[in-house]
Amino acid sequence: MTTATVSRWDRFRESFFWHSFKRDKVAIVSFAVLLMMVMAAIFAPLLAPADPYDLAQINIMNSELPPVGMSGADPAFPLGTDAQGRDLLSTILYGTRVSLMIGFGAVVLQAFLGILFGLLAGYLGGKVDAILMRIADVQLSFSTLMVAIIVGAVFKASFGNLMFGEIAIYMLIFIIGVAEWPQIARTVRASVLAEKKKEYVDAAKVMGFGTRRIMFRHILPNTLSPIFVIATVQIANAIISEAALSFLGLGMPETQPSLGSLIKSGFDYIQSGSWWITLIPGLVLVVLVLVINLLGDWLRDVMNPRLYKG
Amino acid sequence: MTSPLVSIRGLEKRFDLSGSLLEQITFEGGRFRRKQEAVHAINGVDLEVQKGEALCVVGESGCGKSTVARTVMGLLSPSAGEIHYDGQRIDNLERKDSLPYRRKMQMIFQNPYASLNPRMTIQQTLEEPIRFHHPDWSQVQVRDKIHEVMHSVGIDPDWGSRFGHEFSGGQRQRIAIARALAVDPEFIVADEPISALDVSIQAQVLNLLMDAQESRGLTYLFITHDLAVVEHFGTRVAVMYLGRVCELADTKTLFATPRHPYTQALLSAIPKLEDDRPNHIRLKGEVPTPVNLPSGCVFHGRCPYANERCRQDVPRLITTDAGTQVACHAVEEGRL
Amino acid sequence: MALLEVKNLDVRFAVRGGDLTALRGISFSLDKGERLGLVGESGAGKSVAAFSILNLIAQPGYIAGGQILFEGRDLAAMSERELRKIRGNRIAMIFQDPMMTLNPVLTIGTQMVEAILAHRKISKKEARAIALDRLQKVQIPSPEKRLDQYPHELSGGMRQRVIIAIALLLDPEIIIADEPTTALDVTIQAEIMDLLLNLCEQENVALMLITHDLGVVSQVTQRMLVMYSGRIIEQGPTREIINDAQHPYTQGLINALPQMGEPGERLFQIPGSMPSLKSVPTGCPFHPRCKFATDQCKQAMPEYVRSGNVNVACYEVANLIEQEKRMQEAES
Repeated sequence: MTTATVSRWDRFRESFFWHSFKRDKVAIVSFAVLLMMVMAAIFAPLLAPADPYDLAQINIMNSELPPVGMSGADPAFPLGTDAQGRDLLSTILYGTRVSLMIGFGAVVLQAFLGILFGLLAGYLGGKVDAILMRIADVQLSFSTLMVAIIVGAVFKASFGNLMFGEIAIYMLIFIIGVAEWPQIARTVRASVLAEKKKEYVDAAKVMGFGTRRIMFRHILPNTLSPIFVIATVQIANAIISEAALSFLGLGMPETQPSLGSLIKSGFDYIQSGSWWITLIPGLVLVVLVLVINLLGDWLRDVMNPRLYKG
Repeated sequence: MTSPLVSIRGLEKRFDLSGSLLEQITFEGGRFRRKQEAVHAINGVDLEVQKGEALCVVGESGCGKSTVARTVMGLLSPSAGEIHYDGQRIDNLERKDSLPYRRKMQMIFQNPYASLNPRMTIQQTLEEPIRFHHPDWSQVQVRDKIHEVMHSVGIDPDWGSRFGHEFSGGQRQRIAIARALAVDPEFIVADEPISALDVSIQAQVLNLLMDAQESRGLTYLFITHDLAVVEHFGTRVAVMYLGRVCELADTKTLFATPRHPYTQALLSAIPKLEDDRPNHIRLKGEVPTPVNLPSGCVFHGRCPYANERCRQDVPRLITTDAGTQVACHAVEEGRL
Repeated sequence: MALLEVKNLDVRFAVRGGDLTALRGISFSLDKGERLGLVGESGAGKSVAAFSILNLIAQPGYIAGGQILFEGRDLAAMSERELRKIRGNRIAMIFQDPMMTLNPVLTIGTQMVEAILAHRKISKKEARAIALDRLQKVQIPSPEKRLDQYPHELSGGMRQRVIIAIALLLDPEIIIADEPTTALDVTIQAEIMDLLLNLCEQENVALMLITHDLGVVSQVTQRMLVMYSGRIIEQGPTREIINDAQHPYTQGLINALPQMGEPGERLFQIPGSMPSLKSVPTGCPFHPRCKFATDQCKQAMPEYVRSGNVNVACYEVANLIEQEKRMQEAES
């Protein structure tokens, strides 16, 4: 067993993937930043000085304290506090966690739906293909935000604000996941169409393997590389969508703020001089989305077979 | 004569070109008409493969030889006609009933760079079919079988953990052959198995196929465009032109006395090592498209012996004195 | 003086982790009107050799040394502008895929006329007349019609005829044909080869034919080179090599042909396969597959020895010749 893992590790180290990663400074920096942010988000409860969800720790008297380095700052709150008196650093850490969870969650859902429907449409063809792809076309013709606004409003009205706060995170994952699956389905379908003409698929058919086995065991693994590229970019897109929805007040409630709802909550106080409540989470959001997109670009270059061969 | 292992009866295969109903409707001469077009890849082929022989199907690109192979293997369903294996009709079976034939009939493909799954190791590639067809086998039995087939195609069993792309074309083709042999087939369809390989590798793979035939008692349906390979490898030869068999004979007889004018032209075109100044039989024109088949004999447009009857009637395969079968009016009438 | 003389040509590919040697010490010559075959399996470097003559090797390949003398001028040292005057004009190329030469959105006539006007200062009408003449020479049915057709309207065999017509447009001294019939069917291949052979004879054009098909080489060419792993291992008159190959690799290649074996018997086979450029063995590159290999073969690439009219790079052949000489001396 150990020999197998060692050889796999060796293979990875000799691979083109690793070589091009080592040579690409942008990719290395982006990966490092992303890793740091993901780690910080995962370990937020350990790293954050305060728990922004714990109402007992919040004192309204501490509201709108500026970050350290400005007059009136309290060293207990390194990035200052928001309008409710929550420690901004802790809130951002927890907010990044929420944003990343929604981003990953939505993409997992998208990938599940997209791969399933893309495989079915591409491999079975005919009527299945026609129906699934028309659904995808219809779906794509609505903008994600519009669908989310309508669904969000319906949810909010039917569950009431309190209930909504509890299910908001799942609802956002669901909305963004369902709204964006056609992107992945189309990519999967295109690669399935190319793969199913290859002789290894014929060889599997000649062996008598069933359709399901051929689709999932033989074709699917060969269509994964473009999915990785798209999924990476889609995580960034999902985080942005979530931020936009939250900013419009249809996303995460202020009691469990994501980066988007943090930006929104600070937006009302920009005029009164408390710019940090909006600006700092905004910067975090921009950096997060930027590094994910840069990594996506790099992945696309690496996995493009034409560039790879050339 | 014993009953054949595989028999192909009245096989036809058309590929529809015209698309969906909406795309078929055209506006012509003031009214709408439905227009359907199809590629006639195979137009009535009868072939019987005897147990233990290597039946070669030769012809130029577009003659339908690969379509015959793929239809026999069930990768395509025939538009008309039947395929029988050992007396049992197999082209209309349900998937469950066809499984035993999937083990008995195997296929080797042309392109060794595409016929191995790039995400699977050699071990996985060989293990999956064995486990699939023998779910009751123990770990040891499966391993022994893998070692046996890898050994018999000349691939070191220690290389099992490598992926296909780590091997050369010839080695990949050996692995593809090992995969086919892994389920102990009786009958193998080989679709141009050596044409993508280099000359020195072609000989290796041909030898391997011949060894396997001898040691395992295999029957081959061998599809190729290379007549030199046919002469070396085939027991009998079927020459195809535009989806029809125009001559069927023992290899020796066919190469010694080709009867059909097309076979004669084909044989004269092989580049040989001996002669400096070749004397090719020139055919006029080019192969017509299989979309609009010529009437009568499909070869009449290029045949130097064609007459009015050839333009009208489709020639049937007739048996000659030498025991070969030829579809040609000129041969039948004794003009040739 | 030979029309084309290649001396000690080295071609390398600059890749990650150092250069790969694609051609090493290639030397041969081509006389006016001579037909020369370049034979080898894929990866032997025969196409690289053909492309490097006109300095057409794609990045990251480059000519690392040696001379390519065409009428006494070194093509390897020429500027791109000077080379362009020779390409297509004095030396023409025919590729395996006709669509490498033909532009799919222009008619055959337009492309032919443009090719002429790029090198000659004549009127369009005159150029069109030349184009028509060449199409007639390659025996295309109804050539006037073809001038106004697009490449996709022609069949594979017809396209290859057009390519030959284009190659002949400017009365070149040399035609380099890289696997010109590999993609075609046997009967069409035979026609195209006949045509090429006859035209080269009529017009006294030298032909360099790159192919893996020994049958074609034996029918068309007068002299041949056998390449293995970027080296010429044997060269000489075609008949002599085909009938009595000296190098073990050439022998193996010929004996491995199905037509050389008894029907139904095992074919002669060379074990193993050609090494990739990344792992060329030391000494004679063929030694791991050679049944005559000795320690000497692993040390250094053998020098060429002459056997009859053939030059061979093989220690075994050299030893045999040496032995024969000694026996003759002993007799006398």
